[in-house]
Amino acid sequence: MKAALTLVQRFGAHPDSRCWFVTWSPNGTLLASCGGDRAIRIWGREDSWVCKTVLQDGHQRTVRKVAWSPCGNYLASASFDATTCIWKKKDDDFEFQSLTVLEGHENEVKCVAWAPSGNLLATCSRDKSVWVWEDEEEEYECVTVVNSHTQDVKHIAWHPNQELLASASYDNNICIYKEEDDDWECRATLQGHTSTVWSLCFDAAGQRMASCSDDRTVKIWKEFPSESWKCVCTLSGYHGRTVYDVACRLTGFLATACGDDAVRVFKEEVPANPDELVFSLAAQETRAHSQDVNCVSWNPKEAGLLASCSDNGEIAIW
Amino acid sequence: MSGGVQLENANPVIFQRSVERLLTASEEDEDVHDPIDDREIFDLIRSINDPEHPLSLEELNVLEQVRVKVNDAESTVSVEFTPTIPHCSMATLIGLSIKVKLLRSLPDRFKIDVRITPGTHASEDAVNKQLADKERVAAALENSSLLEVVNQCLSTRRI
Repeated sequence: MKAALTLVQRFGAHPDSRCWFVTWSPNGTLLASCGGDRAIRIWGREDSWVCKTVLQDGHQRTVRKVAWSPCGNYLASASFDATTCIWKKKDDDFEFQSLTVLEGHENEVKCVAWAPSGNLLATCSRDKSVWVWEDEEEEYECVTVVNSHTQDVKHIAWHPNQELLASASYDNNICIYKEEDDDWECRATLQGHTSTVWSLCFDAAGQRMASCSDDRTVKIWKEFPSESWKCVCTLSGYHGRTVYDVACRLTGFLATACGDDAVRVFKEEVPANPDELVFSLAAQETRAHSQDVNCVSWNPKEAGLLASCSDNGEIAIW
Repeated sequence: MSGGVQLENANPVIFQRSVERLLTASEEDEDVHDPIDDREIFDLIRSINDPEHPLSLEELNVLEQVRVKVNDAESTVSVEFTPTIPHCSMATLIGLSIKVKLLRSLPDRFKIDVRITPGTHASEDAVNKQLADKERVAAALENSSLLEVVNQCLSTRRI
């Protein structure tokens, strides 16, 4: 019998809509969520978690993902309306103002991510491209457009300490990009999943990456010399439907969000053979939500605090 | 063809519609819990209009009750549909219409899988993958012209 997760709070976040994504601010005090109602909500903790502000009117269609800048003062939102909005936090209150709108993608923007340096931003879209933008004092300029995937690009994530970018796609592959003479290019294509790769994340040290897929598996990839990434572990047999998200945490923990309504936490075991990587299911909540779980996010400061969100518009804090 | 519009399958074979369901005494008894069965799911979708012909998906044998499976206890619904010809360009639209009808009709707890009957369409895998991708389905349904076409398929046919 696996341990269950302890529910801290559950609340409706995007009424009559889907909550697609949740993400903690870098200092862990705020949670941003977005959804099918075209709104972004910022949640903060008082006695319980409450909505501090709602960012509306930025997008004409579903807001698919949001990302905090590393300094926590900016928020970027990716929408099906083909644009990415940059929001700036006003001093010492919870108000945000729309700073600029990044246009260029032909159709739905699926993800946006800020590089750890804060100077670079990446976006990806159903138009199969990944764009890298440079931020110079609130002026955003596209520096590269890369077309390495043959289908929608679902998710992008930056390496925690190198200027390295990874993308996950409907074409079942993962691409790794690096800068080369002011240009970003695809340096490796990782094959292994047998259906859409929905999400991926790097571990804190950046030596490993976890990816999750419609093939109902999670794969762990490790970097080997000369920029090659190899799959060193596949978690199969745990998930009943599509795995929509995977989140890494500092000390060998992985959380997954699955279309079978469950949230699962996997723990890295100390293996007999140091070349092997073994993860075991540490905890699961089979009915975490009453519908598909779309996203899981570990709080960066408070160890073990996990947020999840669902098609029913709810957020749960575990 | 009048109007110069070339139909992909100009002369489809037309099939007999099923007879109306006969209700039993226990089904009419509101104190008896009766789970959702295959026939109920079939009844929700059999009258969906074909995008091309003034016929229902049942009349074209695109939908058959034997290819509709529901598990009420596990909250799963699986529907296989059979395009009338292997290169039917309407397959994705038909699948989307079935999916939308079920999403609108069934309780939220249900997981709905709509697929092409194996071996009956040239792009079976591509269509199945697209129908299973809820992000693409969500984006498609935000497209007002596509939504209108889906709604036409789902509207009650004028006779």
